[in-house]
Amino acid sequence: MPFSADNVQRQMSEDITTQNTLTQRNQTAVMGPQVGNLALKGGVPIVSEDGRELTTLNLGPTHPSTHGIFQNILTMDGEKIVSGVPTIGYIHRAFEKIAERRPLYQITTLTDRMNYCSSPINNMGWHMTVEKLLGIEVPKRAQYIRVIMMELARISDHLICNSILGVDSGAFTGFLYVMQKREEIYEIYEEMCGARLTTNMGRFGGMERDLSKEAIRKIREFIKSFPPVMQEFEKMLNRNRIFIDRTVGVGPVSQEMALQYGFSGPNLRAAGIDYDVRVMNPYSSYQDFEFDIPVGYTGDTYDRFMVRNGEIWESFKIIQQAVENLPEGPFHADAPEFYLPPKQEVYRNMEALIYHFKIVMGEIPIPVGEVYHAVEGGNGELGFHLISDGGRSPYRLKMRRPCFIFYQAYPEMCKGVTLSDAIIIMSSMNVIAGELDA
Amino acid sequence: MLTNQEIADDLLSQFGDKIAGFEEHHEIMSVFTTVETAKPMIEYLYKHPTFQFQYLTDLAGIHYPDNKGGELSVVYHVHSWTNNHRLMVRIFVPIDAPNVPTLVDVYKSANWMEREAYDFFGINFVGHPNLIRILNIEEMDYFPMRKEYPLEDATRQDKIDALFGR
Repeated sequence: MPFSADNVQRQMSEDITTQNTLTQRNQTAVMGPQVGNLALKGGVPIVSEDGRELTTLNLGPTHPSTHGIFQNILTMDGEKIVSGVPTIGYIHRAFEKIAERRPLYQITTLTDRMNYCSSPINNMGWHMTVEKLLGIEVPKRAQYIRVIMMELARISDHLICNSILGVDSGAFTGFLYVMQKREEIYEIYEEMCGARLTTNMGRFGGMERDLSKEAIRKIREFIKSFPPVMQEFEKMLNRNRIFIDRTVGVGPVSQEMALQYGFSGPNLRAAGIDYDVRVMNPYSSYQDFEFDIPVGYTGDTYDRFMVRNGEIWESFKIIQQAVENLPEGPFHADAPEFYLPPKQEVYRNMEALIYHFKIVMGEIPIPVGEVYHAVEGGNGELGFHLISDGGRSPYRLKMRRPCFIFYQAYPEMCKGVTLSDAIIIMSSMNVIAGELDA
Repeated sequence: MLTNQEIADDLLSQFGDKIAGFEEHHEIMSVFTTVETAKPMIEYLYKHPTFQFQYLTDLAGIHYPDNKGGELSVVYHVHSWTNNHRLMVRIFVPIDAPNVPTLVDVYKSANWMEREAYDFFGINFVGHPNLIRILNIEEMDYFPMRKEYPLEDATRQDKIDALFGR
């Protein structure tokens, strides 16, 4: 074949066609026919309005910068994203279905696998839902311990998100630095429940154990040592030229858009709406504490970062207040039908043995009824809609998972930004794969 | 402070006999209505000058196999932030023609919620822009959250209710 510009061009276009058929076949397998059309039209590359050739890029599902298993099929114009189609469900574990065959107390372990960066909030949200259904009144001390644990969880959740945002924009130091503090929080978890990540903390009616001396010592130590670390972390990024250049104006979310897409939590507050379940519908004695709701203006990546930083300080304030004003009294409700008796009792006392057996077998009397309870999770309104028909397990349990709802705005937020900005937008939204897929 | 009674009265005057009933569970009121009325009702609640139910908290599908003629249920959970009030709108559709008008044009967040309900219960949201499975694999040919797919072996004898005095 004689070498000429014409031939080379033909050869190239043939290559592109073969490549495209391959891509198309792959996409049809993964995404179904609808998605294939987005990136390709009839096997030829789609072109933008001004005649530029667009590329299809498969971001994920196992790309390290996506922090989990997310796939996004992006149509790109050079480095700019024209459109994106997210695929989710890679770690779907059918929690709602499994919950329909489990006694209520066994569902707790499902909840802490949702947002695994702040499992105690999930655990306690579920416990409060069931307590509402069963009509258990939780003593003040247990409520305060819960608040301490939930706020520690929120701090660790936000620390991860913000420090990872630093990593994604090129600053690794902060991440490793605040990791120490997360470690200390996990040690407090260990003191309270023996576990670190999937905590299964607390029981229906209160906590499984009281705050031990060691736990209180660790919390006090944390209160003392956390502010300097956090201040240094903020100093490193808040006014950092590179960080500001990378984040300001990236992925802004207006209030209308946030409302339309069902945003909640820090992402919503960054857009300027001060909705917080802890204030709107106080649970677990949140009305006793003095704290502010940080809000942003534009809802861009920088605002989300700043709102999370602000929330870390507010959580810190709440923990301080809760530890100072920790009421005396029992750490669990006096509800022998629902709360496991102490083990010594089980061996000596017949009632205790009966209750123990019934609770472990999931034979507690559950009323017919229905309850929706929401808590402010690390990412927003985490709701449990429990419908009970009086059976051993829920008739239907619908979990409102904030990540699942706001992640659908991601393609719109990514339109027109570069690939590196899209990564930053995703990490600033703090999408947790476990919560997204449930 | 908005009360459930006010909303109920307002809805009754607006939709009258289209409303099948009300229920209240832990301060959250549920309105039972027909499939055709659900969307106009939610739009009405959205645009209402004082109610302003402008946030779709959640959308849940439920399967009631014994409720003949209305086996599948859709629960719309809306929230008015201006009044700090929650409300649920519930409809029932027959399982052989589970057609429900979509809410995507009212709340964009309904997009994935409806896809989830379709994925697990097979509720067909008419007018939805992209009604395909979301969490399960594409090739799945059944709707797994329906009650006819039990998780455990139904012939197990060690957990029957009679053994526990029920």
